[in-house]
Amino acid sequence: MEGETRGPSLPVMTPPPRKTEEVETVVIRFCGDSGDGMQLTGSEFTRASALYGNDLATFPDFPAEIRAPAGTLAGVSGFQINFSSREVFTPGDRPDVLVAMNPAALKTNISDLAPGGMLIVNLGAFSPANVERAGYKQNPLEDGSLDKYRVYKIDISKLTQNACDGLGLSTKEVARCKNFWALGLMFWMYNRPTEREHDSIRAKFAKLPQIAEANLRAFKAGYNYGETTEIFDASYVVRPAQLPPGTYRNITGNGAAALGFVTASQKSGLQLFLGSYPITPASDVLHELAGYKQFGVITFQAEDEIAGLTAALGASFGGKLALTTTSGPGVALKSEAMGLAVMLELPVVIMDIQRGGPSTGLPTKTEQADLLQVMYGRNGECPLPIVAARSPADCFWTALEAVRIAITHMTPVVFLSDGYLANGAEPWQIPNAADIPPIKVSFRTDPEGFFPYLRDAHTLARPWAIPGTPGLEHRVGGLEKDYLTGNVSYDPINHERMVKTRAAKVAAVAQDIPPTAILGEPRGDLLVVGWGGTYGAITQAVGFMRGKGYSVSSVHLRHLNPLPPDLGEIIARFDKVLVPELNNGQLIRLLRADYLVDAIGLNKIQGKPFKVVEITAKIEELTGPAGKARTVTPLRAVER
Amino acid sequence: MSESASSPPTDKPQYVKKDFISDQEVRWCPGCGDYAILAQVQKIMPDLGIRRENMVFVSGIGCSSRFPYYMNTYGIHGIHGRAPAIATGLKMTRPELSVWVVTGDGDGLSIGGNHLIHAMRRNVDLKILLFNNRIYGLTKGQYSPTSELGKKTKSTPYGSVDYPFNPLSVALGAEATFVARSIDTEVQHLQQVVRRAAAHKGSAFIEVFQNCNVFNDEAFAFATDKAVKEDTQLRLEHGKPLVFGKAKDRGIRVGSGFQPEVVSLKDLDPASLLVHDEKAASPSLAFLEAHLDVPQFPVALGVLRAIERPTYDQLITEQTRKAREKLGEGDLQKLLRGNETWTVT
Repeated sequence: MEGETRGPSLPVMTPPPRKTEEVETVVIRFCGDSGDGMQLTGSEFTRASALYGNDLATFPDFPAEIRAPAGTLAGVSGFQINFSSREVFTPGDRPDVLVAMNPAALKTNISDLAPGGMLIVNLGAFSPANVERAGYKQNPLEDGSLDKYRVYKIDISKLTQNACDGLGLSTKEVARCKNFWALGLMFWMYNRPTEREHDSIRAKFAKLPQIAEANLRAFKAGYNYGETTEIFDASYVVRPAQLPPGTYRNITGNGAAALGFVTASQKSGLQLFLGSYPITPASDVLHELAGYKQFGVITFQAEDEIAGLTAALGASFGGKLALTTTSGPGVALKSEAMGLAVMLELPVVIMDIQRGGPSTGLPTKTEQADLLQVMYGRNGECPLPIVAARSPADCFWTALEAVRIAITHMTPVVFLSDGYLANGAEPWQIPNAADIPPIKVSFRTDPEGFFPYLRDAHTLARPWAIPGTPGLEHRVGGLEKDYLTGNVSYDPINHERMVKTRAAKVAAVAQDIPPTAILGEPRGDLLVVGWGGTYGAITQAVGFMRGKGYSVSSVHLRHLNPLPPDLGEIIARFDKVLVPELNNGQLIRLLRADYLVDAIGLNKIQGKPFKVVEITAKIEELTGPAGKARTVTPLRAVER
Repeated sequence: MSESASSPPTDKPQYVKKDFISDQEVRWCPGCGDYAILAQVQKIMPDLGIRRENMVFVSGIGCSSRFPYYMNTYGIHGIHGRAPAIATGLKMTRPELSVWVVTGDGDGLSIGGNHLIHAMRRNVDLKILLFNNRIYGLTKGQYSPTSELGKKTKSTPYGSVDYPFNPLSVALGAEATFVARSIDTEVQHLQQVVRRAAAHKGSAFIEVFQNCNVFNDEAFAFATDKAVKEDTQLRLEHGKPLVFGKAKDRGIRVGSGFQPEVVSLKDLDPASLLVHDEKAASPSLAFLEAHLDVPQFPVALGVLRAIERPTYDQLITEQTRKAREKLGEGDLQKLLRGNETWTVT
């Protein structure tokens, strides 16, 4: 019958090919029970997006409990990724797509989804019991409460089960694969190549081939579901971002810090020693460095926080590059040893990856509330330099800067990161190792004219005289020292001189701080001053408002003690100063004290990073017509 | 990696005692037992064959912890209780150094108890001298973790109700590989024990009975008083039966229920006595000896335990060597690149 026509031809009844829409930026949040594997799903999608060439930022957000009771609100774990064909500064204010694996995840996350946003729910988890456990009076999928979203109810549990049929796995084992089903669907939706992910799944479960096969099947089933069912009317493409040319990798803040310290070790020629006690969210730095023995790195999981730092001081006395990593509660425990480090004038880096406080506080949530602790939280007059990282990848450069200051000035240095930077990820242009300048170290060897506390005229550093050097035998300790010999001295005038000298030594760090970069005009109505992990949100907010014609600029501080020498002068050129911080107002107190400026705080203390909109709203409030009326000029700008 | 400019520790230097005396005036109270201990340590230093610049004395806080200031070696006077941790970091990274810890009953067993036990269980190659005077001296007379029950001090006017630590038990419980005891006034014995500790590879713990003549005078008179000491000191010697007394006529054996008992040698075959074995794999005998106490028993002096176990610093060094052997010397650029990259052109 071929070629023969019979009667009038009918239109071919196949659906029109589905659209592939190009979008610039997408924010997806995966959320589910702690046991649902949302962190893995998120990081796998992140990896794929990075390798595809998107710019991105992530925000893993999980509870402190490893496995809170299943289905409860307390047990919800989430992972948000913002990926784009343009430059990305934050993980995104609100998700465009929310993948909720159970009612509790829906309940705790739905308010963040923008109206019209896409909501994918695992229908299979919405049993009456689960709905009730999440605190819903009635099933939200049935009561019309989600009408303002594009809701896709998919029984992911059942579809995963079908995909894994015949593998002989238990129901529980199969249930654990549903995160890969969801991942597969997202791979389809954003047109991600799948081959590499197949390999990754096989590698991840290499020791458990049955489980690998199940996850692979779930992943493929999710992908094919998008491909073959008609419920999604389009898939999307987010083109690679136009980042500066170079080779990139994806990196977390803790990963970048670890690489920074190894690089500092190589660049200084000093063996790296880390003394650390496990603490969230800092432990990953210990894990990473423990694997770098081929670089001569020695890691010491100490018996407690105090031993982490005191062991590092022992290593520093021996001439090594000494480091301790911790979070706020650990800093509190180390504070006496930090005082000893100030007194001994030995180089050591104390990395504080901040989390919500006080006390145990919010171990897995981010906060910037340790600034005043590291600035002032010790007995006596006890200053030390403080630097802070602004983004995950910036942890690499901040680690190098902390080491440079510590060695150059023979002083303990605090490196502030936070939970958001530690676990968040972004693409990082891999530097050329050969281009990173060396860190100059000189051990004293000449006994002629040697005094343990004889200082370098420029840096005020004392000599680093290490055991094994004949003729330089000397004793150091926590008792006040003689200005020159370092011997114990109770002399009143000497004590005052030493207190002032230690302060002058820290102040001398400012000599090498480069001019402060200003985003925007060098003068104007409003200057936003930020530090640490708020960089992304502030930069995006200021860029956005400038685009709308507002007279706003920003500076983001890496050096918090001493502050940059030009900061006072910059502040004086603006009518108002806004200081957004994830605390109750800490940097603002330093700025007010140092520059007598009537700075205004924007403070968020919710364990979460700023949303861009929170900062733009404040900028608008301060610079809009209403704000203009309340313009306050800085009283006086003091040169530091 | 740059290596320090150290000389090999075995390069037999020629020293005399005064080479180890620093220029700092010693500021312990006249009559303090610390003087005697300092003198004995300084005296044996020249015999150890270790170059002075390769020695480091680390201490915490307390009277005993002023010790490093008086030794003409490298030294750190640290913070209260933390000397073992400081010393651990130093020894892990500079295994060629001879690292000594000087501590006291308050510093080492109260505020720093945690660091002390962990240094010993790890078998860090440290020589730990714990001066036990059963009192807080530097803070002027409060009871310490080794003060006897019922002891009246400034902070225990009604008598202490804290059950005291036995420092040797703590060390044995922490699996220390070398555990010994001596007395400040027994100069020959003290020298001998310190020499043994210096020669030991691994954590070497010495409890020294030390008299605080100001706040706890004669705390150890039961073991130092010439009139009684032969009856109250049990000098341990490896492979020898536990015999004591002026006439060497009493011994210790295990009675029923694994309990020690004193027996007279007049009516007993010495072969039934306990024989000291410092190399025993199990610490049981050493525990038994550590717990002998007046008035029922003499107190044990000498080396209770000296066994061999790889030291922490050796194991660390070995791990690093093996990693380099397997992976080659680290390549920084390769490390920075990681496993997955993409290129923007």
